[in-house]
Amino acid sequence: MNGLTGAYVPGSSPLHRLPAGAKLAGLAVACTVLVLLPSPAALGGAAAAVAGLYVVSRVGPAAAWAQVRPVRYFVVALFGLQWVFVGLEGAAVTTLRVLLAVALAGLVTLTTRTSAMMAALERCLRPARLVGLDPFRLSLLLSLTVRSVPVIAALAVRVREAQRARGVERSLRAFAVPLVVSSLRHADALGEALSARGLDD
Amino acid sequence: MIGFADVHVRLGGRDVLRGVTARLPERRVGVVGANGSGKSTLARLINGLALPTSGSVTVLGLDTRRHAAKIRRGVGFLFTDPDAQIVMPTVAEDVAFSLRRKGLEREEVARRVHEALAAYGLAGHADHPAHHLSGGQKQLLALCSVMVLQPDILVMDEPTTLLDLRHSRQVAEVLRGLPQQVVAVSHDLPLLADFDRVLVLDQGRIVADGSPEEAIGHYRKMMA
Repeated sequence: MNGLTGAYVPGSSPLHRLPAGAKLAGLAVACTVLVLLPSPAALGGAAAAVAGLYVVSRVGPAAAWAQVRPVRYFVVALFGLQWVFVGLEGAAVTTLRVLLAVALAGLVTLTTRTSAMMAALERCLRPARLVGLDPFRLSLLLSLTVRSVPVIAALAVRVREAQRARGVERSLRAFAVPLVVSSLRHADALGEALSARGLDD
Repeated sequence: MIGFADVHVRLGGRDVLRGVTARLPERRVGVVGANGSGKSTLARLINGLALPTSGSVTVLGLDTRRHAAKIRRGVGFLFTDPDAQIVMPTVAEDVAFSLRRKGLEREEVARRVHEALAAYGLAGHADHPAHHLSGGQKQLLALCSVMVLQPDILVMDEPTTLLDLRHSRQVAEVLRGLPQQVVAVSHDLPLLADFDRVLVLDQGRIVADGSPEEAIGHYRKMMA
C-alpha cells in the first residue's frame, strides 16, 4: 500500500532535499526518455540508474518493493500479451518502460511530502485561475485522492469480513453494493468535514 | 455565547428539531438523547453545517444563516469518525493543513504544528501516515487539527463513540484542559459527568436541561 497511499519516508538524502517541483519535472523528463529508449539493453541501463537513485534515497528495499508490488500482475499480463503480439524484445521494452516509470513515480512519492507536492502543483496550476479554477482546490483534490486510498481499502476489508460472516464471500454484488454505499457515505462525511474546516469559504 | 431561538429543522420530510430555544453561556455543555432525537442536527446548527428551517441560531453574536463562513472560523467541529476529517496523508501535514489559509510563514507553521502535536501526545508520530494510527490517536489528531486554529468554541458530535475505554479517557482528559467553550453531543455519559450543563433531547425537543446529575438522571429514566 505504501506507493498508493503516498507514504513519505522521512530522510535527508539529496533526493529528499530536492524541491518537489524539480522532482516532478525530472519525472516528466525521465518518463519521456524511457519512451524514447529503443532497446532492452538501453532500458537495462535505465533500470540500473533507477536502482542507483533508490540507493541514494536510502528509503530501503521494502519501500522500493512496495512501489512496484501493486502492478506486478499487470506487468506479467502486459509482458505475456506483448510477447504474443510484438515478440519477446518488444514485450521486454514495453514492460520495462512501465515498470521503471512506476518505480520513478514511487520514488518521488517516497521522498516528497504531500504538502510539498501540493504546493508545487499549486504553482504549476496558477494559470488555471484564468479559466476560473482554484489551484488550491485542484491540489487538494490530489491530496484527498491519496488520502482516500487507505480509507477505501479499510472499508473494503470491513465489507469482506461482513461477507464472510454471512457466508456470501463469493457474491460480487454483496461486495460491491455496500462498498459503494459506504464510500459515498465517507465522501459525504469528508465534504462536511472540509466545510467545517472552513474550506468552502 | 450560543443562542437558539424557536429553532425548527425539517429534513427529508421529517421534523428533526421542533421549537428549540436555549442560551448556552456555560463553558461545558453536553447534549444527550436517543438515536434520531436531533442531537447531531443541533450540533451542526452551531457552525452552520445545518441551517434552521425557521427560527434563528446565533453564535459569537452572529446569525448562522448570514455568517456561516465567518462563524466556522471561530467554531471548531469534531466528528465521530476521524477518518472522515483527516485530509492529509501524514500526521504533521494534516495539522499544518489547518493553518494553510492563515498566511503564516513556513517556520511559524512548523512551530505551531510541533507545539500542537506535543500537546496531544502525537509528537513522535509527526511523519507517520495518518492511517497507521490507532482509532484513539486518529481522534486526537482530528482534535489537534481543529484546536491548532484556536477556535472560540469546540463542538463535538459523539467524539468517543468509536474509541475504547482508554482512548475515551484520554480524549476526556484533553477536553478537561481546554480553555474554550465545549459543546459535546454524546452517548458517553461519564464524559459529560463534570460538565456545567446537560440538555436532553427527545423527538426534536429539549425535555430536560440542568446539571449533569439531574439531566442524565432524567435521560436514564427516559431510556429505562
